[in-house]
Amino acid sequence: MFLSRTDRQLAALLQGCALLAATIVLLILLFLIKESWPVLQHVALTRFVIDASWHPVQGLYQLTPMLSATLYSTLGAVVLATPLGIASALFSRYFAPPFIAGCYRRLIELLAGIPSVVYGFWGLITLAPLIGRLHPPGVSLLTGILVLTLMILPTVALTADAALAAVPLAYVRGAAALGLSRWGLISGVALPAARSGIIAGTLLAAGRAIGETMAVLMVVGNVVQQPQSLLDSVRTLTANIALEMAYATGVHRAALFVSGLALMVMVLVLVSTAELLSRKRHYG
Amino acid sequence: MSHFINNKSEQVDKSNTDDAYTLGPLQVGLPCCMPEPLIRVDNLSLHYGLKPALEDVSLDIYKGCITALIGPSGCGKTSFLSVLNRLTDLIPDCRISGNVHYDTMDLRHPALDVQRLRRDIGMIFQKPVPFPLSIRRNIELPLREHGMSKQAGLNDVVQQVLQDVGLWEEVKNRLESPALALSGGQQQRLCIARALALQPKVLLMDEPCSALDPISSGVVEDLIQRLRGKYTVVIVTHNLAQARRIANYAGFFWIKDQRAGCLIEFGQCKQIFEAPVHELTAAYVNGSRG
Repeated sequence: MFLSRTDRQLAALLQGCALLAATIVLLILLFLIKESWPVLQHVALTRFVIDASWHPVQGLYQLTPMLSATLYSTLGAVVLATPLGIASALFSRYFAPPFIAGCYRRLIELLAGIPSVVYGFWGLITLAPLIGRLHPPGVSLLTGILVLTLMILPTVALTADAALAAVPLAYVRGAAALGLSRWGLISGVALPAARSGIIAGTLLAAGRAIGETMAVLMVVGNVVQQPQSLLDSVRTLTANIALEMAYATGVHRAALFVSGLALMVMVLVLVSTAELLSRKRHYG
Repeated sequence: MSHFINNKSEQVDKSNTDDAYTLGPLQVGLPCCMPEPLIRVDNLSLHYGLKPALEDVSLDIYKGCITALIGPSGCGKTSFLSVLNRLTDLIPDCRISGNVHYDTMDLRHPALDVQRLRRDIGMIFQKPVPFPLSIRRNIELPLREHGMSKQAGLNDVVQQVLQDVGLWEEVKNRLESPALALSGGQQQRLCIARALALQPKVLLMDEPCSALDPISSGVVEDLIQRLRGKYTVVIVTHNLAQARRIANYAGFFWIKDQRAGCLIEFGQCKQIFEAPVHELTAAYVNGSRG
């Protein structure tokens, strides 16, 4: 392929950036493996599942309660935030008058800008006591899911909105000329056309939910136990690291890095699933 | 046609005998020798905001005939078409004055069932707009929207309309593949098939051939010829030779005083091209203006 001089320089620059980004990700992965090696070396991988409990200092490394807590809280938040976010985007794109839609969009952007600690604080002061009335102690998986939902909602809403905005006007005119109702346009044409963008946004939101530490830590109670109901206290993988890192040494510290590795694997699975999903039946 | 108005929907129109009509393979219809107006436009003016786009247009669209609208770009031909199926509703601050009647129905009535109207008056755009769905779903989508849900019936209509536009043999083995993978000419024929599936009475065509290569353009032109008689066709075209070949009536639009489009001359196609009354028309059809 022929490239002019400026194109060659640009290509070199961009290649450099891409290489740097990829190297950083790989280095992080290597670092995680290196730091967790003291544990991985002596402890079979199955012990992270079959051990009786999480007491790394005594040599018990069960991670499943925390894995489940992370999985359930993320899943719960995505399940709640996705329909709400898409509905919000549909409202601002197809039903709200332009002025209201503009104000509404600014408001959602504001929601995205609130620091996570503020969400956590609000959840602890307001939401937890409310849920506590239902079933003490109030700091629970449900509280975590609700706070996370609120936090990732703007991500889903804004990316879905952008994906819907990118649906060509010709489709809108074409659908109208065929006598399609607004819902017919949305369900038959706009959502399928915006599908990959909406999936990408949901994935981004799910990634944020998996990684969110502070807000979740403040509202879920942090008891290491396999949740039996939504109202049980739980501890997520991220909270586990944040809570114990201050005093962890030796194998304990290495075990915490295994938590980090587990998070990374979860994100990897998530990304691959989303990739598969958006490839299937793609008509763009 | 009073059933188009929402609040009088229980009245059934007796004069509309075409309802029993089912699509068969298209044949060349009767030459239109019964000039019976189906759409009547009187003193139509249209503004986008403060900018006038059309001024004082009056003409009749005759039933079963092909009417060609010719004239330079920007003289309001597309706006004129959009008035006829109320697509102008999509444009904010578009103001319309004058009278437009489709059969006995006031097209500008605020309570008009626009969805029902657009089922009767279909539109084909310059750039084909197949939706990012499968070929089959493209045709089924509007049918389902208008209440047809039995799969067997849908299959029949899909096959029928694809045969009508001569696309069936080309796509019958890949109905589930994406419509966007078709060539430009095939996409345009799919769009026409999709419009025909709704059994419209009128087809508005906005330069349906101008984005196509000459061969595809010829195929679509033949197709339009075969629509004559069964459908009333209004076609905007910049291709004068094409207008001359296919149209029964022709209207010539021009931009008056550098501001709004207006209708300079309307008449039988032969007369417009061979014996134009207005000197602007003569200059345009002879290629010395526009």
